[in-house]
Amino acid sequence: MSAAAHARPGVIHHHDDARFELVCPAGSLPALKAAVDHGADCVYLGFRDATNARNFAGLNFDEAAIAEGIRYAHDRQRKVLLALNTYPQPDAWPLWRQAVDRAADAGVDALIVADPGLMAYASRQYPGLRLHLSVQGSATNYEAIQFYHEHFGVARAVLPRVLSVAQVQQVCENTPVEIEVFGFGSLCVMVEGRCALSSYATGESPNTHGVCSPARHVRWQQTPQGLDSRLNGVLIDRYEEGENAGYPTLCKGRFDVAGENYYALEEPTSLNTLELLPRLMAMGVRAIKIEGRQRSPAYVAQVTQVWRQAIDHARASQTRYSVHPAWMAELNKVAEGQQHTLGAYHRPWK
Amino acid sequence: MKIALGPLQYYWPRVTTLEFYAAVADWPVDIVYLGETVCSRRHELRLPDWLEIADMLAAAGKTPILSTQVLLESGQELKTLYRITENDRFAVEANDMGAVHRMQGAPFVAGPFLNIYSKPTLDVMAEQGAVRWVMPLEMGRAGLEQLQRDRPAGMQTEVFAYGRMPLACSARCFTARNRNFPKDNCQYVCMEYPDGLLLETKESQAFLTINGIQTQSALTYTLIHELEALSRLGVDVIRLSPQSRRMDAVVQAFRAVLDGQESAAQAHERLVPAMPEGPCNGYWHGRPGLDMVLPPQASAA
Repeated sequence: MSAAAHARPGVIHHHDDARFELVCPAGSLPALKAAVDHGADCVYLGFRDATNARNFAGLNFDEAAIAEGIRYAHDRQRKVLLALNTYPQPDAWPLWRQAVDRAADAGVDALIVADPGLMAYASRQYPGLRLHLSVQGSATNYEAIQFYHEHFGVARAVLPRVLSVAQVQQVCENTPVEIEVFGFGSLCVMVEGRCALSSYATGESPNTHGVCSPARHVRWQQTPQGLDSRLNGVLIDRYEEGENAGYPTLCKGRFDVAGENYYALEEPTSLNTLELLPRLMAMGVRAIKIEGRQRSPAYVAQVTQVWRQAIDHARASQTRYSVHPAWMAELNKVAEGQQHTLGAYHRPWK
Repeated sequence: MKIALGPLQYYWPRVTTLEFYAAVADWPVDIVYLGETVCSRRHELRLPDWLEIADMLAAAGKTPILSTQVLLESGQELKTLYRITENDRFAVEANDMGAVHRMQGAPFVAGPFLNIYSKPTLDVMAEQGAVRWVMPLEMGRAGLEQLQRDRPAGMQTEVFAYGRMPLACSARCFTARNRNFPKDNCQYVCMEYPDGLLLETKESQAFLTINGIQTQSALTYTLIHELEALSRLGVDVIRLSPQSRRMDAVVQAFRAVLDGQESAAQAHERLVPAMPEGPCNGYWHGRPGLDMVLPPQASAA
């Protein structure tokens, strides 16, 4: 299997700024069009079920929408990637296997996959179909990436949002697999694919159901102490009069630890790596991913436009690149909690 | 069914750790997982120390297994990984796909963080040399029943059956964050919390446990009521995760129930006071992990 795997298409061994890709989220057809119209090189989307990690009501694509989305993107020389990045559950393998078949039939440009069993199926059944390792595959080191490359011909890996810039560079230097990193959007503070906090509280997690802190378990309650946000009964936060209330993602609540109440795990904040862009390009990162398939077409348009400008700017001259204040202002408007951070890329965050 | 002692999740002083494993030599456990799996900054014991403990336990008739670190980021962490995967004396539990890759077909135990949720993935692991897999914590009885029907010939199954559950890991150290120390200068404060640092909601519900970069459940998972069911399902090994207090009593309670010398209900009642914040078993029943479902006779008692 390995020899054939090495011959798979799309593995680039040298970095090439001209092929640096902006990968944008599409939770719906209007979002897909917004991404394409505002300069995305690739859009990623998912089916309307538990086979992808944004399995939210009212989101995602059926066959007709995918067909139209692919037509729209391909007519404009852009790519469509399909996220199939949850773990096939013990009794429901056919759902995930058929999702691979449906994606291949639809003519997507690549599958974004986390599960080795699913990769084995896809690489056997559709040897010409390009595979990307999802961030949910938790590959934080080049040995893990090499595993997926040698056995399933994975051409690109999306890194979890836990590595520092130096660690990203180390990965880039030691693998022939293209590296994609997160540039903007909601920040996962835990290693993706290795977090069961959501199922501990609700019974449903990204790995098993494609959801984190699912909306159907959220309750808002006004009490004399303040506005409570609960997840399946667990008090995630309590807001006083005048405080901005945020969605109760459970790692971003305020909790009591050792007599102190604070954001014990992480603040409600967005990842924003605009200022790192030239460094990431120079070390050979091949693509930047924007998070947010659950966000509106207007969000997608706005964020895509800013990142398109930034990438074009950095491509023209990495040394003269600087972050325009207007870009930051635009992005902060749509950031979670109107705040941003460099997250783990910047070592002191840890 | 055999009893395994899982890898120590916490950072205990060197002497405490050595005394703990010296005692383990006399406990009724068959398998002992060893090594630092959480954070490479922890250095009270280094790999040679763990190998010495492994020798001592092997001499006492136990099967030692070296567990690899769950989150591998730095070059130094990979070097430690290679020393474990290339050792020719003890078996290895792989807790990251990088570790699976480095085993290069040699036999290994596929740890609970490899996300083995389906037959095709279990088959991939078997092809790589896995001789035993550890069920993911989130999986319950229904999933296990299916995978036990599907598992490849010769593949053993291990189930996490007691302890605070390692639910998530991060690049960030939450214990250092609590003290406003940066991770790179953490001053090893996690050593002050031998069973982790409790995280409660604003209404004092014991919710999670902070253990360095790891986040655990506050409640202690227990399958003591399910040992018969596990045995019927053909589970080969149950894993008990070390805690600082009365771990000997925990091991003895599971042994006694397995040997039919004590009822699960009785043993459970004895163990609850040893749990820092009480029990849970929701995952086993396909429910939120923090739920506790007592069997009918136990809840009536």
